[in-house]
Amino acid sequence: MRHGGLSSIAAFALSIAWVVPGQAVDAEGTVKNVRPENATSALKPATPKPKTTVGIVYLGKQYKEPIPLSLMEPVLTDKGVQGARLGILDNNATGRFLGVETVLHEHIVPEDGDVVAEAKKIFAGDPQLVVADLEPHDLLAVADLPEAQNALILNARSADDRLRQGDCRYNVIHVVPNWAMRADALAQYLIWKKWPRWFIVKGTAPDDEDYANAVKRAAKRFGGEVVEERTYKFEAGARRVETGHQQIQTQIPLATQNAAAHDVIFVIDTSEAFGEYVPFRTADPDPVVGTHGLTSSIWHRAFEQWGGMSLQTGFQKLAGREMTERDYAGWLAVRAFGEAATRSPKHDAAGLRDYMLSNKFQVAGFKGQKMTVRPWDHQLRQPILIMAPRALVSLSPQEGFLHQHYPADTLGFDAPETACRFPNAQPQKATVSR
Amino acid sequence: MKMKRLNVAALAVVPVLMLAASPVNAAKIFVSNERDNTVTVVDSDSLKVLKTIETGRRPRGIVISPDNKEVFVCLGDDNVVGVIDADKLEVVRELDSGPDPELMDVSPDGKTIYIANEDDSMVTVMKPDSGERIVEVPVGVEPEGMRVSPDGTVTVATSESSSMAHFIDTATNELIANVLVDTRPRHAEWQPDGQRVWVSSEVGGTVSVIDGSTHEIVKVIGFEIPGVSPEQIQPVGMRFSKDGKKLFVALGPANRVAVINPDTFEVENYVLVGQRPWHLEVHPDGSKLYVANGLTNDMTVVDIATLKPEKSVPVGRLPWGIAIQP
Repeated sequence: MRHGGLSSIAAFALSIAWVVPGQAVDAEGTVKNVRPENATSALKPATPKPKTTVGIVYLGKQYKEPIPLSLMEPVLTDKGVQGARLGILDNNATGRFLGVETVLHEHIVPEDGDVVAEAKKIFAGDPQLVVADLEPHDLLAVADLPEAQNALILNARSADDRLRQGDCRYNVIHVVPNWAMRADALAQYLIWKKWPRWFIVKGTAPDDEDYANAVKRAAKRFGGEVVEERTYKFEAGARRVETGHQQIQTQIPLATQNAAAHDVIFVIDTSEAFGEYVPFRTADPDPVVGTHGLTSSIWHRAFEQWGGMSLQTGFQKLAGREMTERDYAGWLAVRAFGEAATRSPKHDAAGLRDYMLSNKFQVAGFKGQKMTVRPWDHQLRQPILIMAPRALVSLSPQEGFLHQHYPADTLGFDAPETACRFPNAQPQKATVSR
Repeated sequence: MKMKRLNVAALAVVPVLMLAASPVNAAKIFVSNERDNTVTVVDSDSLKVLKTIETGRRPRGIVISPDNKEVFVCLGDDNVVGVIDADKLEVVRELDSGPDPELMDVSPDGKTIYIANEDDSMVTVMKPDSGERIVEVPVGVEPEGMRVSPDGTVTVATSESSSMAHFIDTATNELIANVLVDTRPRHAEWQPDGQRVWVSSEVGGTVSVIDGSTHEIVKVIGFEIPGVSPEQIQPVGMRFSKDGKKLFVALGPANRVAVINPDTFEVENYVLVGQRPWHLEVHPDGSKLYVANGLTNDMTVVDIATLKPEKSVPVGRLPWGIAIQP
């Protein structure tokens, strides 16, 4: 059993004194040399000591999601929240030694549900720490509630650049990378490869447009060039259609022929409309990068470096399936809260937010380096995986892209170019009483 | 050993100065190669490879028994500890270590081994002769570092994901303290006098010094290297010099070994070695330091008196840990 779930629960029944980093915990009340299954019986009946419980809300909505074009990709309805559950187990495996327990409250509203009303209910209660698995408009509606002004919301879903720019919010920290970071990560790799000429083939979804803009920005930043940009509008869907693949076989060459001289096709299909069908079907013999082919992400089922295998194994045991990028985001958000709760002297939302925005906060996530929060837009600075469909290719930032403070700040919006202006450095006072 | 004596005899006829310049006693250096599923055995005199031993899958933590007869190597993907006969140079038996063993240590009397089960949040306590499991001690997530105190009374295990150093009383096999340190502690090393434990935090980029009796952190040491970004500085393997006056800390992607004065806590030097130095070991006579370089597939030999890297010895792919038979 990886996490000793039972043993951690048993340990909390007894409670251990709260300690600050650096202090040792007396053995009294901790789990002893027993297997997790019989932990309870072997525990000493210690006198109850103070314990800290930190509640974390997982707030999500069952948005309609496209069915993957490949049969190999399972249709999942529990992406994200399974990672959050694993994060709680990880938090408590540490917390049991320190008397800090994190508890997950799952609030996932149906597709037609009112997430704002749900959030109001949540903020009327005690936990003010929220992992948001929400699309941008819902995230902003929740973050802008008067009741949310002293909350701390971790964005574990949206890559929308606006949330890090003009629509940034002081009470929101982004644990997932934005489109600009993803585009910059791939761009650095392509420049390192000396493949600077990119032919964009994008879909019609709003996110496709956003990612395409991020790619054009990346080209300017790193010396690449978008030599041509096309929009693919056909209804591709070949799944379970007897002759569907024949249509694809003719459509994709047509859509990609006679383009300006290029090194790669940058395919941008965020909604599983056609991207899967681009590799091996292009008019020219092109490498394919972007949302398909060579991709940029923060997790992948083929990733095992920097101890990542133990996270894959733990997730597989818990959820009975492979860990997706959204699951990793859920896990990372809960771990970030857990890390702050373990080390911060204060445990209310404002205290944890101050701690996470301070230079003391760091969270590890199997990338071989610490991840910290950019104070100017509350984006978690982190390395990005460059993945082939079945194996790790590289990790960006690439060597040679220099930065005076953090190499990872060469990805996305750096301080000098941020459009984020937090209205006031300090959070507003709560306007509703509880 | 015979060869070695011959060498000394031959040297006896040459000027005394020459003798003083090459005082290394022949020893066997065992290097685990994580990617090759092998252990490379190198002669410390000639620095020639004596043998490449096939082990099981993913050999990482490697340590020699106090009687110098057996080398234990953790075989993570086979869920066993391989036991190498240090004279025959072959794997003679395997110990059922529990899942994913990563690092281990042996008690000074040789009667007990402590194994970190990385995937399992457990420390397995075992008799090395019979392979009998005495008990499993639940610790934090991803246990890795493992070191028994010089007097054998306390074992310290570090848990990478929990960022803790766990102190285990070896008489009762119970936890007596859990100390929160910086992110991803990889290794614990007792000062030779047994007073303090030094814990390296890979992602935190620091070394914490913990008092062995009060379990308080007495000092946290950071590193600064001009031209190397802070993210690249990732302390992992550590060893004290035989006289206890220097602590060597392998800094991973910074490609250097830091030399710390344990009395002043000052970082006195950085020695440039191969890429991604991981674990290291000191020659039993105290003269040389051997460093396993994960990315350059070699082992750097550093002269401890001058702190000069003298030679790079090619070993297998992804060298991880080092053990030495005197």
